Amino acid sequence: MQDFFDIDSVLSEEERAVRDSVRQFVDERILPIIGDCYVEGRFPREIIPGLAELGVFGANLPEEYGCAGLNNVAYGLIMQELERGDSGIRSFASVQGALVMYPIFAFGSEEQKKHYLPKMAAGEIIGCFGLTEPDFGSNPSGMITMANEQPDGSWILNGAKMWITNGSQAKIAIVWAKTNGEKSDKSIRGFVVPTDTPGFTAKDQKGKLSLRASDTSELVFQDVRLPKDAILPKSGGIKSPLMCLTQARYGISWGVIGAAMACYEEALAYSTSRVMFGKAIGGFQLQQQRLAVMLTEIVKAQLVSLHLGRLKDAGTFTPQQVSFAKRNNCDIATDIAREARRLLGANGILAEYSAMRHMANLESVYTYEGTHDIHTLILGQTVTGLSAFT
Amino acid sequence: MKIAVCIKRVPDMETRFRIAASGTAVDEAGLKYDLSDFDGYAVETALQLNEKQGPGETVVISLGPDVVQEQLRKALSMGAERAVQLKADRVPTDGLSIARALAAELKDGGYDLIFFGRQAVDSANATVGPMVAEMLGLPCATAVSSLDISSGRGTARRDLEGAAEIVDFALPAVVTIDEGMPRARYPSLKGIMAAKKKPLEVRAAQLGDESLTLEKMELPPERAAGRIVGEGPGAVAELVRLLHTEAKVL
Repeated sequence: MQDFFDIDSVLSEEERAVRDSVRQFVDERILPIIGDCYVEGRFPREIIPGLAELGVFGANLPEEYGCAGLNNVAYGLIMQELERGDSGIRSFASVQGALVMYPIFAFGSEEQKKHYLPKMAAGEIIGCFGLTEPDFGSNPSGMITMANEQPDGSWILNGAKMWITNGSQAKIAIVWAKTNGEKSDKSIRGFVVPTDTPGFTAKDQKGKLSLRASDTSELVFQDVRLPKDAILPKSGGIKSPLMCLTQARYGISWGVIGAAMACYEEALAYSTSRVMFGKAIGGFQLQQQRLAVMLTEIVKAQLVSLHLGRLKDAGTFTPQQVSFAKRNNCDIATDIAREARRLLGANGILAEYSAMRHMANLESVYTYEGTHDIHTLILGQTVTGLSAFT
Repeated sequence: MKIAVCIKRVPDMETRFRIAASGTAVDEAGLKYDLSDFDGYAVETALQLNEKQGPGETVVISLGPDVVQEQLRKALSMGAERAVQLKADRVPTDGLSIARALAAELKDGGYDLIFFGRQAVDSANATVGPMVAEMLGLPCATAVSSLDISSGRGTARRDLEGAAEIVDFALPAVVTIDEGMPRARYPSLKGIMAAKKKPLEVRAAQLGDESLTLEKMELPPERAAGRIVGEGPGAVAELVRLLHTEAKVL
């Protein structure tokens, strides 16, 4: 779409090059198939090698672990471009990079990092992240999944996780569990669980009307025995998984801009070609209002995420700022997708166009990784100093 | 092998172009630029040859103002080792001038192969490659859709209308690359980071005098509105008559 605020001028040449390369990949390899994948309810696994070759998995992690070593703005631009394709594709990359590679990088031993990260960057090992449980979504501290240490140092894991992206195709799961019978969230630790371990089962969640081109599963652990070195040694307390979510939410704040851009571009093109009452519908004030609002909100969201990325690169960003960006950008993207669908009239309900697919996807993105409401409470607490969670 | 690939920065050809106020150029406002498609095939062909045949060097060369460095960096991020910008205020219309500057750069480079795209997708002259070959006294295979290199010789296929030619030539040689060759790879993110550290030399282009200048650029005439000759089977006879006598396509 048109760079209305000349944001390109404050991106580096490498940042633009990264975006353009991923953009071309999405245009040529994802957009032609994604409508069908969505209708069929199929994640397009065939694109994994291409994405790996491009280097999108864990792209902001260091080169010594086989990653691209990009800054966070370039990483954000990758998320934007992937979600311009589909939120399910971006979710796949977010989970692989921010929710599996990042915790191994941040909380893992050197052996774990050397073993997993290069293979995950290469797409040879796909991961998933298990935090949410059937009865504990917005309140992860209440989780009941439990890992108990055995006399020989091994662990026995029991419990269940729900809404797990990549769950059925993952080779490893990062599972967050309370430990040794303690109910406090301080006992939460992360474990690297190979999904072929006896007692581990993953089941596709059926009946999704959103993120249909994404694998979403339920995980069950029944006396899953894990070796001593399955634990992420530097993980400790609920703070550890929340740090992962901060990484992923940062990427989401960029990603949804991509979905909004796709909807805006589609709506704009449609408005100038669709003729009704003898002229292009873009010539009617009601449609111009829609387009003007879309453009305005997209540019504002881009500036928020870009500035947040610069703060993240400087090491000064806060989780509350990430909540701000995730909350705002998902909100405006959801609105933009719906307005684009409306502008497209009856055509807007077809899979041939992208607006309704994005609209349905974004309802999930609005809800996952901290619902809109929870981020509202985080901001409310931040400015008032008063918690309204309970 | 040491392979030079001469590349051009071109606007996205799906743009709706406007003519600039000067009347001799397109309006650049809002245009997006990329490597010319055929030049992308040429870079890819060079990279694959060197990947298959062991150690070599792929050098990309572009003539023009500093903005062409963006396309040179793209080729470096695809995997080329080195880049050269032949600096000029603008890309001349005259292919002979461009060929002269490129030949001066390539002459003592020790290249086994010099690749061009079959033609630039914007100006579509297809002249610079053959002119460079002429100046350097090298064999020139144009519009090549497949290429084998072994024992210091090249064998290339040229797809023509309704037929194909297989040509054989000794190296060094100039080859212009057509469709059929592998498509340009996506610059990988690691490649983009690595490209920052690769050498990009800038030298003044030795263009000499221009023998051909662009006088005027204009858009094709607007198409006239269609005409409805009638409706239903009854209109067929009239339509056929008009296609025969007026449009003269039957």
